[in-house]
Amino acid sequence: MLITCPYCGPRDVIEFTYQGDGNRERPDPASQNFEAWNAYVYDRLNPAGDHNEIWQHSGGCRAHLRVVRNTLTHEISSVAFVRGDHSSAARRKAEDKP
Amino acid sequence: MAEYSALSLLANAFKGNKDWKPAWRKPDPKASYDVIIIGGGGHGLATAYYLAKEHGITNVAVLEKGWLGSGNVGRNTTAVRSNYLLPANTRFYEHSMKLWENLSHELNYNVMFSQRGCLNLAHTPAQFDDYARRGNAMRHLGVDAELMTPAEIKRLIPALDISNDARFPVVGGLMQRRAGTARHDAVAWGYARGADRRGVDIVENCEVTGFLRDGDRITGVTTSRGDVRAKKVAVAVAGSTGRVMQLAGVETMPMESHVLQAFVTESLKPFIDTVVTFGMGHFYMSQSDKGGLVYGGDIDGYNSYAQRGNLPIVDEVMSEMLALFPGLARVRMLRSWGGVCDMSMDGSPIITIGPLPGMYLNCGWCYGGFKATPASGWCFAWTIAKDQPHDFNAPFTLDRFHRGLVIDDKGQGANPRLH
Repeated sequence: MLITCPYCGPRDVIEFTYQGDGNRERPDPASQNFEAWNAYVYDRLNPAGDHNEIWQHSGGCRAHLRVVRNTLTHEISSVAFVRGDHSSAARRKAEDKP
Repeated sequence: MAEYSALSLLANAFKGNKDWKPAWRKPDPKASYDVIIIGGGGHGLATAYYLAKEHGITNVAVLEKGWLGSGNVGRNTTAVRSNYLLPANTRFYEHSMKLWENLSHELNYNVMFSQRGCLNLAHTPAQFDDYARRGNAMRHLGVDAELMTPAEIKRLIPALDISNDARFPVVGGLMQRRAGTARHDAVAWGYARGADRRGVDIVENCEVTGFLRDGDRITGVTTSRGDVRAKKVAVAVAGSTGRVMQLAGVETMPMESHVLQAFVTESLKPFIDTVVTFGMGHFYMSQSDKGGLVYGGDIDGYNSYAQRGNLPIVDEVMSEMLALFPGLARVRMLRSWGGVCDMSMDGSPIITIGPLPGMYLNCGWCYGGFKATPASGWCFAWTIAKDQPHDFNAPFTLDRFHRGLVIDDKGQGANPRLH
């Protein structure tokens, strides 16, 4: 499995760390809604098909990535920085360009 | 009356083996049953068998999407053990062990259960202390466990590198002598035949495509072979639990599906006569009666419904194998394959009533479901028949996660890929 890091290009999956399901929504830290916290910690969509997930390029640029990957075929349809264009990695890359 | 006996084998040999009956029929699904079990794997078939045998409920259908035994019951590495730390797990898996010990006799089907022992290797004094704690917890509940020294381990497994030059020297181990292996296909076939002979319909190539409902209540299923109604619908589909529950409108479950790979080498002469596990990674190995070394390691670590994995885990498993057994460096690997595991959020299973009225759920086996097969079927059948859980499976509820009653044997927290 190759993941195309937006900063480093296509790299072997061994360079990446799986951070888990990207569909989860973390409640506000001050929230006392226990059901929302329980759902965040324990409940998963676990789809058979396209899955939103978070990976970190831990053996490379260390950027956190939002990946859409098909759990039936392992095919990756999109990779983006978790923080969009505001991440430092993306900014550095933009500054590299003439 | 035993179907397989020395006499029947001899008689059929003289008659050219023409008189054997198929081990199970190939019925078309009827319009309705008392109980439908979705999933014709080990757990579904065992559930059907114990429903018929222990509770007299024989108007039962087992609906299997593919062919019988095509899922995880034919993909596991066949190890059977009950060496858990927490009481809920220990009691449940020990019940399973006791059923295993009589299973060939009970089913009149040789499941080749071989109590060759399971040895967990410790590589640090702290890990050895931890194993002593687990062994004590096991013995406290009447399960056998013993600590072994490196010298004893070397006598048991001469091929193991226990020298101080090893990458991770062995400082001891925890042995469960009553653990071992069983022939996984025979377990499926034995339960299937036992259920079929008691009147259960095993319907293969019958995919469940949706649920029939009356208000909230589940009243049956739609399948690729027509609608089937039932008073009770039981789900035992392991890695496909999320997909089946979504058909019933249950969007989220406390689990993720992950792929686990397994491997077998070419046949060797007798090399190892126990099940051994590595303590500094995740690796386990035994030798099949055909001579192949059967082994595996960690799950790949990302959500997957594909019954195949990727190369990094292959590399890792082989490295760990060679760390323990340098002498295997030139042995050729024959096959590798993958199975989809229903990794629960605490590493323990779910056998429960619900979550919808008319539905019963059996899932969350992580990658340890094979050894649980007899007790899983036994407890699930009890739960379905009596509409209440047995003491053995009462802790394995679905709502335990939201109620703070998790059973986390490894103490990993809510991270399914680490269990």
